[in-house]
Amino acid sequence: MVAGAAAPPGGPFPDKRENSEHPTNPRNGTKTVTDPRTLILVLGVLVVLGIATAVAHLLRRRPETGLNPALLETFWLRIRAWWLLLSIVAATFLIHRVVTIAVFGLISFWALREFITLTPTRPGDHRALFWVFFVATPVQFVLVGLGFDWFTKLATLIWFVTFIPVYAFLLIPVRIALADDPKRFLERTAKIQAGLLICVYCFSYAPALLNLPVEKVSAGAASARERLLFFFVLMVQLSDVLQYAWAQLPWKHVLAPTISPTRTLEGLVGGVLSTSLVGASLCWATPFPFWMAGLMSGVVALMSFAGGITMSAVKRDRGVKDYGTLVEGHGGVLDRIDSLCFAAPVFFHLSYAWLASRPEFQVQISKGFSWLPPYWGM
Amino acid sequence: MGFGELRRKWTEGMALKITGPLLALLAKFFSGASVRWVDCHPDTCQRIYFANHTSHLDALVIWASLPPEVRGLTRPVAAKDYWTAGRIREYLARHVFNAILIDRTEIKVHQSPVDVMIREMGDKYSLIVFPEGGRSPTGEVREFKSGLYYLAKKRPELEAVPVYIDNMNRILPRGEVLPVPLLSRVIFGPPIWLEKGEPKEDFLQRAREAVLRLKEL
Repeated sequence: MVAGAAAPPGGPFPDKRENSEHPTNPRNGTKTVTDPRTLILVLGVLVVLGIATAVAHLLRRRPETGLNPALLETFWLRIRAWWLLLSIVAATFLIHRVVTIAVFGLISFWALREFITLTPTRPGDHRALFWVFFVATPVQFVLVGLGFDWFTKLATLIWFVTFIPVYAFLLIPVRIALADDPKRFLERTAKIQAGLLICVYCFSYAPALLNLPVEKVSAGAASARERLLFFFVLMVQLSDVLQYAWAQLPWKHVLAPTISPTRTLEGLVGGVLSTSLVGASLCWATPFPFWMAGLMSGVVALMSFAGGITMSAVKRDRGVKDYGTLVEGHGGVLDRIDSLCFAAPVFFHLSYAWLASRPEFQVQISKGFSWLPPYWGM
Repeated sequence: MGFGELRRKWTEGMALKITGPLLALLAKFFSGASVRWVDCHPDTCQRIYFANHTSHLDALVIWASLPPEVRGLTRPVAAKDYWTAGRIREYLARHVFNAILIDRTEIKVHQSPVDVMIREMGDKYSLIVFPEGGRSPTGEVREFKSGLYYLAKKRPELEAVPVYIDNMNRILPRGEVLPVPLLSRVIFGPPIWLEKGEPKEDFLQRAREAVLRLKEL
């Protein structure tokens, strides 16, 4: 901030009423999907998914095409999962942001159930698990729901960022130690911590995107935040498909054959590049410029790959194919969101850092913390 | 109709229409139970469901996994000392599951648990029994006690359906009050019958193996 500039009106902290009329103000629950960008994006996805469903349906009806039936069945199940995901995301957008966050919270809760079910624990972990399921998980999503709009609610943002990695992380081993069972102590602690961090903490960054004030830098301000979340979920799902598609090429360098025989270097590189291209071409729906939308999509694809292969490693170790093996007939919830869990925190942080570098926010930072250097917000 | 009569009717109606279905729903949510019927179908005919026992929730979860019309005709056999401690438990045991409560501390000669069960089931109800006689501390299936054999001997025409409950000892272990919502499985297997002249040990061994076989499915 330039020395000697006049103090902003209303003291060092900005007036919270400043944005109270804004359609996407978290305090102001009205939802508008009237922005043409949102409509085009959602309708476009509907059309593509509709075509994919029709094709899959036709192929299933005609076994003489000679396609691998197991492959087709996987494709069919995936499409069904996408319809479900899309309808959840779309329906919650139309109602209220709190509904979206609550649905994400329930998905997270279910994923954690699957993770802990497959992880051997001892009776001494019972109380710690109770805290993890019924305190840590709900609190994390309540913090998302409270909303942290840039620096007007910095305290909530810091709670959101530190609650699980500091408080829950430190209290889990204490509670287990109090149960007085030292057998495999470190291993048990680490497994519960990993489950909480991946299924709850990392995943909660996806609905947290609704708290980024992107409408201030986006064209089409109405429902800009929801569009960013939709864009993110879309890119994660798309990168999964594209990586799978590229891995079908004739030349294959399998990266980790024991853990995942289907993930190849070609799939990874092709997936990242093609996701970047699609993301860049969708930049009109995001707050980012062309190159940034492409770069962000590339990072999302890379992190999706990381999430998929990491969770595959956990599954191989436990000797199961899907987290949903316990629930016959369903793929597990965690199988669907593993890539999302890894991509969400990185996408959130990069979006945040990018927003912080925008001139629109530089003004606000200097208003709020005039004694700090401009880039403090990063 | 007196006040006592009205009150009794109201309690029973509530238990049947509201508390029962609600409790079944809650039990299904907390146990995340996926229910499978292997070579066996839900039926309202009289049966003896026998299962491994690792948690206080076992009876509740098996009861909740049955379809509503079968549930109304199925009575868990439960320990009196546990299920009459406290008003809520007693209400649930007597009015909601309609449990047959067995006094474990005081077993009389002419009032043996098997006689009570046979009398209470009549020609209408099915039973849920835990032939291990108590909760297994480690989660593995222990040797069966002889009650199941005497039940089968007195009512040889009944189907004895093995049930395997997986993971319940982690959801509510011994000595804990609050459950942790992990996922569990309830598997109903093909029925067995007591063969004519089959010795007690052979039958109990066969019954135990029938439960253990479901574990691998």
